Amino acid sequence: MSKVNYLKDFRDSKKIQALAKLIRDEVDRPIKIMEVCGGHTHTIMKYGLKQLLPEEIDFIHGPGCPVCIMPKERIDHAIALAQDEKNIIATLGDMIRVPGSKSSLQKERAKGKNVKIVYAPFDILKIAKENPDKNVIYFAIGFETTTPMTAALIERVIKENIKNVYFHINHVLVPPPVKAIMDSGEAKIDSFIAPSHVSVITGAKIYKEIAELYKTPVVVAGFEPVDIMESILWIIRQFKENRREVEIQYKRAVNWEGNIKAQEMINKYMEPRKTFRWRGIGDIPYSALKLKDEYGELDAEKVFKDILPNKPINDHKLCICGDILKGIAKPYDCKVFGTTCTPQNPLGSCMVSSEGACAAYYKYGKLQYLNKL
Amino acid sequence: MCLSIPSKIVEILDDNYAIVDTMGVKRKVSLDLMSEPVDVGDYVLIHVGYAMTKMSEEDALESLKIYEEILQKIEEEEKIELLGE
Ligand code: SF4
Repeated sequence: MSKVNYLKDFRDSKKIQALAKLIRDEVDRPIKIMEVCGGHTHTIMKYGLKQLLPEEIDFIHGPGCPVCIMPKERIDHAIALAQDEKNIIATLGDMIRVPGSKSSLQKERAKGKNVKIVYAPFDILKIAKENPDKNVIYFAIGFETTTPMTAALIERVIKENIKNVYFHINHVLVPPPVKAIMDSGEAKIDSFIAPSHVSVITGAKIYKEIAELYKTPVVVAGFEPVDIMESILWIIRQFKENRREVEIQYKRAVNWEGNIKAQEMINKYMEPRKTFRWRGIGDIPYSALKLKDEYGELDAEKVFKDILPNKPINDHKLCICGDILKGIAKPYDCKVFGTTCTPQNPLGSCMVSSEGACAAYYKYGKLQYLNKL
Repeated sequence: MCLSIPSKIVEILDDNYAIVDTMGVKRKVSLDLMSEPVDVGDYVLIHVGYAMTKMSEEDALESLKIYEEILQKIEEEEKIELLGE
């Protein structure tokens, strides 16, 4: 038996309260903290952490939700690929509900198109072997956390000489959008809670530049409420002690260098794209990855180039997901939040994944925020 | 998308896969991304079916010890306040 009860120990309300008291005692200035990762947004809302904190602490919800930032034209790619009976589109959970310009993968599946949700990318090996006369196209999404799994799958496909698997790569990186948001200067952010699992892969070293460039404390935090509360305390202490640096609160899983094997595997098969359009934020240079040219025969964007639409498509005009992702608006600022736009019928992508700010507010904070209107 | 609860390795399979137990649910995971050897009984963090890293129980215990200390200190302060009144 483990000596740690991971389910209880880091969610213990007494510990959360104790940390909240320390935070209230020690805070001496207003602090705007961006929690970059949607997983943290979810924890903050689920455990009502905002209500335990003094009003000096304000959260800005960041762009770290992979489905929220996927532009419609990329989803339209997947939908176009699904139209050919020879193709099977495989992707991870939430992605299938994200609306493209006219449809979603879920709607296409209901129409009989071959769209499969995989629990793990390696499931695709089995699908490919069972369907030798079909093309299996992995619509790969996610930040640095999910990228090495795609690389590991590529490696297996090559090693096992499987000829019917293709990759549509939509992997994105954490530091470039953070820098884009800071450079735009619109959101007045002065510290960061950095992602848990991205950092397991990349190591905390990727935030060094951010802490130095913008003179902001960055604390890599675990996902549990106790982790987040402690990280806030650390940020307050950095300000008090006039430090602006990267610290690792989530020491049980993160170190400075990260998982080198995973990083090497990514670098073997992928390289940065010149630019990538983020839903709501716009073009950000070198913010996403693509397959290296030498693996072009695996690259769905090259192999199926002729049928892929390539027009940038904007969001629904009422949707302010973009401003939310940029940290200049909150979900309850949106006119259709909770009315026309709900998790059952999302108008924008921030309402789709439970990591999206709108979905998290809807699920855990709807009443409380409607009261504020 | 991220599962924060560590899973326990319960069986090592062929071809670099393993069976893990996450809160009583058993699943097959890939070890392709692990840079260090794993054994039955180790706790690992899983993301979309792949083990990413071992979880350091030592560090988890260390954190928990700190929280316990904070808690005790605050409870004592409160006792003193109460008695002082
Ligand atoms: S509530 Fe819906 S429409 Fe409004 S910003 Fe959020 S996702 Fe967009």
